[in-house]
Amino acid sequence: MYPEYMMKSIQMVEKTRPKRLELAKKMGKQVFPAMSESERQKVLDNFHPDYKKDARREVRVGPNKGELLTTEVANVLESYSRIDPAVLDLEKPDYICDVLVIGAGSAGMAAAITAGINGSNVLIATKLRLGDSNSMMAQGGIQAATQKDDSPVLHYLDVIGGGHFDNKPSLVKALVNDGPGAIKWLEELGVMFDKNEDGSMMVKPGGGTCRSRMHSARDYTGAGICRVLRDEVYNMPGKIKFLEFTSIIELVLDDKGQAVGAIGYHLETKQYIVIKAVSIIIATGGFGRLHICGFETTNHYGATADGLVIAYRAGANLLFMDSVQYHPTGAVFPEQILGFLCTEKIRSMGAQPVNYDGELFVYPLEPRDIEAAAFIRECLERGKGIKTPTGKVGIWLDTPLIDLLNGAGAIQQYLPAMLRQYKRFDINIVRYPMLVYPTLHYQNGGIEIDDKGETRIPGLYVAGEAAGGIHGRNRLMGNSQLDLIVFGRRSGYWASERVKKGVRFGKMTMQHVYNYTRELEEAEIPRKKIAPIILPDYIPDHVKYKQKTTEYFGTLV
Amino acid sequence: MSEMQKLVKVFIMGEAYEVPEGSTIIMAMEYAGFQMKRGVGCREGFCGACATVYREKGDYKLKGGLACQTVVSDGMMLAQIPFVPAEKPVYDISELTPDVDTIKILFPTVFRCVACNTCTKACPQEIKVMDYVQALKRGDIAKAADLSFDCIRCGLCALRCPAEIVQYNAATLAQRLYGRYLNKKSPELDERIDEIEEGKYENDLEELIKMPREEITRRYYSREIKLK
Repeated sequence: MYPEYMMKSIQMVEKTRPKRLELAKKMGKQVFPAMSESERQKVLDNFHPDYKKDARREVRVGPNKGELLTTEVANVLESYSRIDPAVLDLEKPDYICDVLVIGAGSAGMAAAITAGINGSNVLIATKLRLGDSNSMMAQGGIQAATQKDDSPVLHYLDVIGGGHFDNKPSLVKALVNDGPGAIKWLEELGVMFDKNEDGSMMVKPGGGTCRSRMHSARDYTGAGICRVLRDEVYNMPGKIKFLEFTSIIELVLDDKGQAVGAIGYHLETKQYIVIKAVSIIIATGGFGRLHICGFETTNHYGATADGLVIAYRAGANLLFMDSVQYHPTGAVFPEQILGFLCTEKIRSMGAQPVNYDGELFVYPLEPRDIEAAAFIRECLERGKGIKTPTGKVGIWLDTPLIDLLNGAGAIQQYLPAMLRQYKRFDINIVRYPMLVYPTLHYQNGGIEIDDKGETRIPGLYVAGEAAGGIHGRNRLMGNSQLDLIVFGRRSGYWASERVKKGVRFGKMTMQHVYNYTRELEEAEIPRKKIAPIILPDYIPDHVKYKQKTTEYFGTLV
Repeated sequence: MSEMQKLVKVFIMGEAYEVPEGSTIIMAMEYAGFQMKRGVGCREGFCGACATVYREKGDYKLKGGLACQTVVSDGMMLAQIPFVPAEKPVYDISELTPDVDTIKILFPTVFRCVACNTCTKACPQEIKVMDYVQALKRGDIAKAADLSFDCIRCGLCALRCPAEIVQYNAATLAQRLYGRYLNKKSPELDERIDEIEEGKYENDLEELIKMPREEITRRYYSREIKLK
């Protein structure tokens, strides 16, 4: 429960609630004016963490050399390989497959299923278990222009405007055009979407959308999709094999510059394995566990940008890796759930962000970067945040409005994960608001792909959060769940078409790793860091101090 | 963590450690020096990787929970469950019927249920596991899918079931049967897919792709916002 002093602020929220409820009934979602272009730019410049001093620095090596990137990203890219390639015997692969999929979230599994159906023998390698991913944790929804008052054209405008017009247009077109088909594909696989009585899709708005097009499966949308895809992978044992607890730590090229394999590392037996493949799909997700700018994160334990590192070393270029998504509503109280996601669907269903005095201060459904920056402004510049007992600060997300607007029991029915999460820590969100602050959520950029999901390295494809260009410099709610499926399926299809077409292999080589190492040395970067990181490091210093004979290789024991 | 300085004593796989009060089981194990590879996942209660069992001081009950969601208490004995061995039948979802016959063929163990309710008591999501197992026995797929919807496949039900049922895999089947066969179809979805295939939006999208930045910016800020 909230401590007494916080309850004083909650009383003010309760006092303003009836008026705000009336406003919502009268105005719908438009309870506060949306920002103009110049207002948006101003709040971003002054308060978004990306624009802070030291948030970005020049990367000194690789395809994007000289470009300003997010500092933690530049750090991980300027790391050495986990292995000296000379110790590997590339001529004796441990596994040979048509399509290698790296990572087993929804993008990877959608790719594997599609490639398998298209006739390829697929191998999935994933560093934890099948399905362990940010995909599984997505709550709010998946966008697609399925409604009569909507169209792929309007969806396109929302995506590109939300991304500050930096998005790669061909990718946006692919995303919005494939959207309805993706929903249908998922439904036929058995995903249980929320429906109205007549069978039509129950849709909600999201931040930065001009129509209601958020499809959901309660507030377990990501899990509702990911568990079905995983079950389907299990159902295709003749076409899809998988290796768990196996992290891919380098790609293998041939002397023509094609991607032809990868090196895996087993986290438990510590063996290195060689995999040979015709096509390779990177679906390793994002980078939340790099804790950019010191932020807590909503991300999975394994979100350490591994795919980015190996693709970059092999010569793939990155797009928009100077931009980070902070989800506006991360939990700041209680301490045990610090940084956890409070889904945007809470605002889609009418909850309003309010300050210490219970005042609305922003349109609740701005695109995420704008909304997050406005929250930070309210706390830091205007001093209207609420302090927690451990010195954090946040603003209220007034959840009791949801049942008042949608009828009693709406939270129970449509936000069961949120209700459960807070109930575990003795807070009833039907009665009391949640305390939130922006939290590190999503990698807006990634490895550049074309509309087939292919990178500039022949045979190397990317799908999901690891890919760059689709969302420009800011992704909207529900477009990640969509892009996992759209580009998962596209990359899976084209990767397997490449197999059908037939590829002439050259000699397998790790020369790119030697070259990259030389580049690091020439830039006089010390051999302190290695990557992929694989898992974040949470062992406290007082333990490490006493581990006198323990070797850490990077972050791993 | 630095703010939570008061320590409590816990027993991690029998060994005593002092860890900050208010820690979850995962935080406590990491504080003690364990690097987690198994029994850890999303760390937010959605993936089911960290299901575990524990006993609290002075309590005879063996409790189950998620290590990322369970706060330690003084004297708690805790463990890790690295993996849940469980069978999953292979099937082609497009060839099944959403009825009791499918359950009989793919999950015959469901009919061994003795209605002891141990599964429901074990569930960290507070799902009425036994009730959905009973629904499966009756062939009530819709009920089973609805009741089991919030399942995160942690496996604690299956580990404690005296009838050796793998409830959560049966739940996945029920959900997929419901999603594919029983959830009412949405006519506007097929219409939209047809429109896209016929190329109805092709010209407009191509126009947007080629549009200069200034013009598309104007189009974006002047678009009408109509939210349901």
